[in-house]
Amino acid sequence: MSKLYSGAEIVFKCLQDQDVEVIFGYPGGAVLPIYDELKNFKSIKHYLVRHEQGAGHAAEGYARSTGRPGVLLVTSGPGATNAVTALTDAYMDSVPLVCITGQVPTHLIGTDAFQECDTTGITRPCTKHNWLVKDVEDLSKTIHKAFEVATTGRPGPVLVDIPKDVQFQKTGYTKFTSQKKLNGKTHNNFSKKEIDELIKLMSKSSKPIFYTGGGVVNSGPRASELLRELVDLTGFPITSTLQGLGSFPGNDNQFLGMLGMHGSYEANNAMHDCDLMINIGARFDDRITGKIDEFSPNSKKVHIDIDPSSINKNVKVDLPIVGDVAEVIGSTIKTIKKVKPNFAKSNKQKISKWWEKIQKWRSVNSFNFINSSETIKPQYAIQRLYELTKNKDTYVTTEVGQHQMWAAQHYKFNKPNRWMTSGGLGTMGYGLPAAVGVQVAHPNKLVIDIAGEASVLMTMQEMSTAVQYSLPIKIFILNNEYMGMVRQWQELLHDKNYSESYTAALPDFVKLAEAYGCVGMRATKPEELDDKIIEMINTDRPVIFDCLVDKQENCFPMIPSGKPHNQMLLGPKDQKEKKITGKGKTLV
Amino acid sequence: MGKSRSAYSIPGKQGKYDTHIIVVWVDNEAGVLARVVGLFSGRGYNIESLAVAEVDPKLNISRITIVTTGTPQVIEQIKLQLKKLVPVHKVADFKREDKKVIFKEMALFKVVGNSSKKEKALKACKKYNPVILDKTNKSYVIQITALRKEIDIMSKNLKKFGLISVSRTGAVAMTRGSEVFK
Repeated sequence: MSKLYSGAEIVFKCLQDQDVEVIFGYPGGAVLPIYDELKNFKSIKHYLVRHEQGAGHAAEGYARSTGRPGVLLVTSGPGATNAVTALTDAYMDSVPLVCITGQVPTHLIGTDAFQECDTTGITRPCTKHNWLVKDVEDLSKTIHKAFEVATTGRPGPVLVDIPKDVQFQKTGYTKFTSQKKLNGKTHNNFSKKEIDELIKLMSKSSKPIFYTGGGVVNSGPRASELLRELVDLTGFPITSTLQGLGSFPGNDNQFLGMLGMHGSYEANNAMHDCDLMINIGARFDDRITGKIDEFSPNSKKVHIDIDPSSINKNVKVDLPIVGDVAEVIGSTIKTIKKVKPNFAKSNKQKISKWWEKIQKWRSVNSFNFINSSETIKPQYAIQRLYELTKNKDTYVTTEVGQHQMWAAQHYKFNKPNRWMTSGGLGTMGYGLPAAVGVQVAHPNKLVIDIAGEASVLMTMQEMSTAVQYSLPIKIFILNNEYMGMVRQWQELLHDKNYSESYTAALPDFVKLAEAYGCVGMRATKPEELDDKIIEMINTDRPVIFDCLVDKQENCFPMIPSGKPHNQMLLGPKDQKEKKITGKGKTLV
Repeated sequence: MGKSRSAYSIPGKQGKYDTHIIVVWVDNEAGVLARVVGLFSGRGYNIESLAVAEVDPKLNISRITIVTTGTPQVIEQIKLQLKKLVPVHKVADFKREDKKVIFKEMALFKVVGNSSKKEKALKACKKYNPVILDKTNKSYVIQITALRKEIDIMSKNLKKFGLISVSRTGAVAMTRGSEVFK
């Protein structure tokens, strides 16, 4: 008779079979049998967080920086509900997570037992799928299926809820062998005809643009390489969403910068005026499109996405291609090379006028700001941070708000998986625990969380995790004492009624760092910024860097609400000039 | 129009609403109906009626029939979102006007009154295959199968014949002819 294993052992055997090396978690009554087995599985390292939300975001950081699923292990009731924000975040940004939760014993389910909650009910809308395992016989099958669902097609979070009695029950275990067939839920069935149609549109276009998103990153490093080849081959301009940054080099001349609400003037205008838009792995999010009715009115639209439900969800497209980005681009490049070997040359003439127009938009220099010698401008701080770290293979996470947009505008990424930010859900407090997860995955790399003081306080407790495991993450806080983006909207739309957006009592971040047992630093003047940043980089311990920045600065350019792409609001410099010429604040 | 004060865009033009019957084949497992219904409520889709039961005990398959309304774009989204659910095997979509598809709902009417009223009620139901499931001196329980609209009319018309209680199912659907939906 084959050896019998307890449910708890089976959990770890499954994780081993799935090559999981790292889990983030927090113990509690309903997962104690699983925690008891941890000591017997040396290949799996557990990181103890300080809050289950932190475990979720750390797992996200791990997943996004490696391309492998992140795993978290939490207890029933509050453990599960605390993880919900991170699961929803992962769902919105398509991050593969496997969340294992403990549950009260099966005979107590439904009795309002201690630390019981309807975990699968609560997490149903924020996971790709979830399971309540009521029989140990189903356990290994379910966990392996969970990994499959999380990582195939459009990635996302899944949850496996295991009652405590199932963790004790014993059964046999058969080793997992991965299957090729994926239950018909992956969609890589684009046809040759669609690729031909795409190439036809490309060769006809005189004002084309690539609009790329997180799907390129999720498709793996090969997709980014192929994207570079395709952009080079065609000579087309390219813009990227917040999530797609890094899949194409940020300092390349063909790159127009990020698009969307706080995207560059050239990217948004090019999106509005183009005659061919090729969306690769992006989802026409409302922060990107602005007013849908006036979104890029004169263009043919191509949408390459692995998720069929992304097609025609927000914007109707002319040519949908459902498939994995790397496969589609690869096939496109192959066909172009075969059918039109001189594509770039013959096309250069055709789109040269388009490029001239783009250069004109570019010369507006929309990420510009008025620098100061008195106070540190937040944009300047990010620029310096970029200049001083660009020669290292730096990983950047962010919180959510103005600092996030400034980071996206001024920090240039050249590789995928280097930029981890909460885009879809916009979760304040994401960056610090995500940095923990990134540093766990890349112990010898520089990991920086570009933060705002309000966001970072939401998950500050995870500094304790960083200290415990000697994870030298750098928390670079742009401290303006305001919830900056809230204040900006109140200034622009609510007559400067700064209702509750000022934090009147902030901790002393330097002392806070010391209390956590890490290093605290503070910069108050522009002239000391470089030295302090270098000191931060050279510190081999976790650092909280309190960078006191201009309190009034707003994030520009921006597309005001309800406006199309070509009606961007530019920064104060341009607004002043416009006032002089009496043209008003908006550029049409 | 005043200046928008929202960080979100204002709603665009609304398309025309159509009524569709969506048929979903799912694994008959715990929570599967909640997943399907939760998808509808979570994404703001309508459910006009719902019928669900296991149709293949061997393969453990249930068939869910949902009547819904929405713009063509919304109907398309409903189908694509449903197909993404792990326990969903296939999704069929029929327009209510579709001549190739049979739609039926069942209703039970309890009529209380003297024999003349009861007979009148039964006669009124004549077109819809009435079956008397229960009778007493004072009452009938009549079963009919018909379209939603027809049952709506009947439940109004029978009031004058002593109708005191109505129970009805959601619509079920099947294609005409020898073909089945694959």
